[in-house]
Amino acid sequence: MSLVNFTTREITCKIVYYGPGRSGKTTNLHYIYGRVPDSRRGRMVSLATQTDRTLFFDFLPIDLGQISGFATRFQLYTVPGQVYYNATRRLVLQGADGVVFVADSQARQLDENLESLQNLQSNLLEHGVDIRTVPLVLQYNKQDLPRELILSASDLDDALNFRGVPSFSADALHGKGVFETLKGISELVLKRLAAGTTA
Amino acid sequence: MTSALNPKYSFDTFVVGAANRLAVTAGRTVAESPGAAYNPLFVYSGPGLGKTHLLMAIGHAAKKAAPALNIEYLTLDEYVEAFHASVAAGQGDAFRRRFQNVDVLLVDDVQFLTNRKEMQSELLRLTEALQAAGRQIVLTSDRPPAEIADLDERLISRLSGGLVVDIATPEYETRVAILRRKAEERGARFDPGVLETVAQAELGNVRELMGALNRLVAFQAVHDTSINAETVKRILGLDAQRAKGAAEKAGPVPAAAAGGDEFGQFLADVTVTVGKAVEAWRARVGEAVLRWEGEGYRTHRLEALLQQDAPTAVDEAIAGFAEDVERLKALEAEVGELDPQAAGDSVFRDPERLQEAEQAATKVRDGAAPPPGPSAAFPLAAYAVGPSNQVAVSAARAVLERPGKKYNPLVLVGKSGLGKTHLLNAVGLELARGRRAVVACLSTQAFIDELIGAIDGNRVDWWRARYRRATALLLDDIHLLTGKERTQEELFNLFNLLQDKDRQLVFTAPAHPNTLVGIEERIVSRLEGGLVAEIKEPDRDVRRAVLERLLAQQGVTPEPALIDYLADRPADSVRGLVGLIQRVIEAGAAQDGRPVSAGLAREVLEGQAPRDSRRSSGFRTSGLVVSSLGGVKSREKMVWDWIDVADRMIEEFR
Repeated sequence: MSLVNFTTREITCKIVYYGPGRSGKTTNLHYIYGRVPDSRRGRMVSLATQTDRTLFFDFLPIDLGQISGFATRFQLYTVPGQVYYNATRRLVLQGADGVVFVADSQARQLDENLESLQNLQSNLLEHGVDIRTVPLVLQYNKQDLPRELILSASDLDDALNFRGVPSFSADALHGKGVFETLKGISELVLKRLAAGTTA
Repeated sequence: MTSALNPKYSFDTFVVGAANRLAVTAGRTVAESPGAAYNPLFVYSGPGLGKTHLLMAIGHAAKKAAPALNIEYLTLDEYVEAFHASVAAGQGDAFRRRFQNVDVLLVDDVQFLTNRKEMQSELLRLTEALQAAGRQIVLTSDRPPAEIADLDERLISRLSGGLVVDIATPEYETRVAILRRKAEERGARFDPGVLETVAQAELGNVRELMGALNRLVAFQAVHDTSINAETVKRILGLDAQRAKGAAEKAGPVPAAAAGGDEFGQFLADVTVTVGKAVEAWRARVGEAVLRWEGEGYRTHRLEALLQQDAPTAVDEAIAGFAEDVERLKALEAEVGELDPQAAGDSVFRDPERLQEAEQAATKVRDGAAPPPGPSAAFPLAAYAVGPSNQVAVSAARAVLERPGKKYNPLVLVGKSGLGKTHLLNAVGLELARGRRAVVACLSTQAFIDELIGAIDGNRVDWWRARYRRATALLLDDIHLLTGKERTQEELFNLFNLLQDKDRQLVFTAPAHPNTLVGIEERIVSRLEGGLVAEIKEPDRDVRRAVLERLLAQQGVTPEPALIDYLADRPADSVRGLVGLIQRVIEAGAAQDGRPVSAGLAREVLEGQAPRDSRRSSGFRTSGLVVSSLGGVKSREKMVWDWIDVADRMIEEFR
């Protein structure tokens, strides 16, 4: 997929929210969906189980309108976090222009976070993409939970962010840090244009 | 095809009075902030009150305020034509894109939307698109939207939704101001009270006012005396007309709703990032692609650049492409004048095929026929001048000095046989001497016949193009247009087009244009806008000159007494004079080569010649005589001796 099309003057960004199950990826999308004016957003597609777990994926298209003469569209996807949906995850990841890794800040979820991060790396490799070249940001979600249950942002940085990518503390349920994260990944994705890569 | 803005028509040259103040104020507002105030602005008025002037003035002012604006002025007719041409070329979408990128769209004469359903919906769509994009539209018509026949309801409400203003007939003070300004522009001086008298005449529109002023300028130039208020009334026929009242509606301007807090912030940030991220050269190439594609050109060459990571000499490539497109445009315009259908060819839209386009243009150039030109039988040198036609001749000379600039159009009026056709052709011949001059000079009947032939042969475009590239149009006997509606419409458009380009128009008519019945008012008003010069019955000077020329042509050395005798005879037309001389010369020939003299002439013309002598010579057989003069070929044409009435009566009683 071409990210920037100069002839049709279009910019299309595919951003995938990745992370372990129940870390809050769909919540991120729901919050964004609620803040985007009706005219700018498409229908949010959500395929969920009866217990509201993402079964396949969520998809939210956002139309940012004309920016510098380019019709700019963002497509936000989430992957199912549960381990056994790996094939779906790999599929959704295909052609992603940027990845938001949503980590669960709860201390007891640290292993799931690490596992999911490794899964992301291997799935990208399946598509022939080195994780070091993909625009990636980390979001430490659920920072609103009691101190004793969670790890602090700096602890999580130490544990997960060994590549030194931008990281954001968040409380997706109440919207804290959601747009900051989206903005962070957008900047990374769009800056790649400067290198002239039309991935 | 769009017209350029005529630099003469700006707000500076627009005389503002009570009748047009609202329209001018609205126009200025629109020019200062296109799309923000009254959109669309709809101006209507009778002919000759300055709609086109106002429209072009808005264009100029908007351009001056913001030079980057894309401003397009065109008449509805041109819009229709452009649409048809682009549809024919399979470029309908490019046509739409082109107009959607216009910041200020000025459309003249929209009353011609009547009975054009598909253009109405096209215009409706365009109006909606431009309004939605905050672009300005200004339209003019000779009547308000609701009164344009057969207009789509939706279009009516759309056009009335902005501001509808009219321009009324200027009142006395404005008329004086206009006359003063125009007299000054022409460098003409008048005695005090003269212009005021003209203004009192209450002429229906500004164009007629200009016509009156032209007549005064011409009169002063010919007689070399200044006119006083008394003579003005004599020179001008006084007539009065009144125009309609004013009406206006104002529409609300919707404000754009602001987005949500966080999202708006996010959007702003992304905008900044995108602006930084899109590389400058890609943006330039992208813009070029978008621009040329929008104009309907193939942009493969530029698109190929975008596929490369870091192409060299990007700007040179863009400039080269633009150069090629300019060349294509020039070729297309040239071909379009000669043969509009050929101009729709796709080779004129593909810079990669420039070579082919050049070849196609050469082919069309070779095959194009110019419009009919003036007849060489009527040189200006042979035109006899006297007080009776001096105004017309000096007007013609003024036209020849500054074609298209001084009196445009020039209308020669006078009865049959006074030399209008001669003068018309003579002007045509002189104009045709110019470099690259294409003079169309023909009778109105031939003009009508050609149009009918073109309609019949389905090549009206080609026919139009032929006349549109004429540098001068001269039509004989314009009164033959009576009742020919289609020809009148074509002539109207042709007239406007040529006049805009300062190309000379000359017409002849048997009487003043406003007395001709069956000719549309808009044409009459345009005819009156130039100079109407009358040719009267030939005076003695003219008669003498004509006689001398005719006799010399016959190889007769005229004796002064003969000339005096013939010139003193009353003649109501030059053609009558020709008949007179032919009779005398015939008689001389019939009497065994008797020399042409005053005596012979008196005998022939006053009937003193003994009837018997002629009878015995055997000429009485039919009463018809063949003339040995070149002009008359048919036996039936020349009757110089009517049959004895008594004989005839017996014949009928038998």
